Amino acid sequence: MRTFLYQRAREPNEAVQLAAAANPASARSRNKVEYLAGGTTLTDLMKLDVAQPDVIIDINPLTETGHGRIELSQRGLRLGALVRMAEAADHSGIRSQYPVVAQSLSQAASQQLRNMASLGGNVLQRTRCTYFRDVSYSECNKRNPGSGCAALTGFNRMHAVLGGSDQCIATYPGDFAQALIALEAAVEIAGRGGSRTIPFANLHRKPGDTPDQETSLRPGEIITSFLIPAAPWTRRSLYLKVRDRQSYEFALASAAVALDQQDGIVRTARIALGGLATVPWRAVEAEAFLRAASLSMSKTLPQRQAPPSPAPKAMATTTSRSNLASAL
Amino acid sequence: MQGRWLARIIGTRAFRRAQRPQNGLTMTKRDPSSGTIMPQSGPDRRSVLMGTVSSAAAPVIARAAQTEARRVAPSASPGKPVDIALTINDREHNVAVDIRTSLLDLLRERLGLTGAKKGCDHGQCGACTVLIDGRRVLSCLTLAVAAQGRDVTTIEGLANDGELHPMQQAFVDHDAFQCGYCTPGQIMSAIGCVNEGHAENDADIREYMSGNLCRCAAYPNIVDAVKQARAQMKTASTQ
Repeated sequence: MRTFLYQRAREPNEAVQLAAAANPASARSRNKVEYLAGGTTLTDLMKLDVAQPDVIIDINPLTETGHGRIELSQRGLRLGALVRMAEAADHSGIRSQYPVVAQSLSQAASQQLRNMASLGGNVLQRTRCTYFRDVSYSECNKRNPGSGCAALTGFNRMHAVLGGSDQCIATYPGDFAQALIALEAAVEIAGRGGSRTIPFANLHRKPGDTPDQETSLRPGEIITSFLIPAAPWTRRSLYLKVRDRQSYEFALASAAVALDQQDGIVRTARIALGGLATVPWRAVEAEAFLRAASLSMSKTLPQRQAPPSPAPKAMATTTSRSNLASAL
Repeated sequence: MQGRWLARIIGTRAFRRAQRPQNGLTMTKRDPSSGTIMPQSGPDRRSVLMGTVSSAAAPVIARAAQTEARRVAPSASPGKPVDIALTINDREHNVAVDIRTSLLDLLRERLGLTGAKKGCDHGQCGACTVLIDGRRVLSCLTLAVAAQGRDVTTIEGLANDGELHPMQQAFVDHDAFQCGYCTPGQIMSAIGCVNEGHAENDADIREYMSGNLCRCAAYPNIVDAVKQARAQMKTASTQ
């Protein structure tokens, strides 16, 4: 691991101030700054030499502030970015009113990792693409822009079939993000110039020609919370995950589903797919297909419009199908 | 504080250990840690020796003082050891570490607490599991510098005057291991599992212990051990 400068932020504004101070206008070269929360991705990637920060700003002391709080109200659910995955997964109010959120968290990683990992860090976790994580592979446009993509012709069974480009097909690995995008959550972001709120759907960027730019966060910006609006469909929601092992494994395919039904007729459907795409993926076609439909066990989705690519596509359809059955 | 919850778990008097120096390291009261952890400001052995050789000790010290003054200047070379203070098994430890040191390496290589094991060193196997502020975490992915001011409990901190923790005893009773390499991590994780309330049935135990791999596949015995200890820990906590 390369060495770094370690700093601690104790006040909410201090984190972005320290990040700004790390790169003063007068500086000739740019310092790479990373915020440290649970460290479950960052420390791992630093050991692998994939992440090479010059400055680490430890934001864990801010867990004691609003950044570490869960607030449940009539208007919705506010999750501080430093709430730990396990805390939100075990929260009784979230389990009963936003089950898809609790389930997406409890089906991810192991309990040790969930005790460590923050929600803000979770949505920003990096891909598990082997060619990205192993620096002995010289080709990786995400790690080293312009170097190529070894996964395109390599071992890519778990790579993305949606949202990829000829530069990168690395899968977005998270689960919680599918719940957030399905429930049309917003993200609060703090930066040097103040805070802003954007739809969660706008946080992640498809690889396109710049796979190294994964989010719309500007340098030094930090996620402070997630806002999930209350809606009739949040209670009737679930997260279903298909994986190689029963537990402690990334998704081959997963689905976050929320339904508002009346008299057996679907008024609103919210569906997001995980394990299949380069970014958290909202399945708008599937949602439209279900609208005004009457659900039964025999109801199946038409073949998804996914690009022609092998196995995982079929899995997506299977997942959505079994999910709908479960949602009933 | 840690003593209180350990006492609650094992139903005995507060967990205490003699405050004797370990491995030649000095132990003092915890200092309030500063906001920025920077390389030591004083001249270290290497600087002094090199300074003596080059008859340039004074500039070395002056430069070190200057570094201290620029505490938030991230351009400062972060190559020197930092002094950190941690509470491990109810004892204060002050130790100088390389900033990159993981909590696991600190425990094993510097403090002689080799109970926590290095399996994968990437957060995948659970052999390094310890409790921080009572919650099970992976010490291989925890930077020692970031664990300052927290209460760390390792497998060495469980037994009380030679009396095993109920979870340790249960692993012995149920032969819940073969080679034993994953066992300290399994036991720490299992204690966390019971305290979280995730050990109410076999399926839950299997799910919530899935972060601890056992290459010898002692899983059925581990489940039995957790169930035995669960009952004893519950009894102890209500006494």
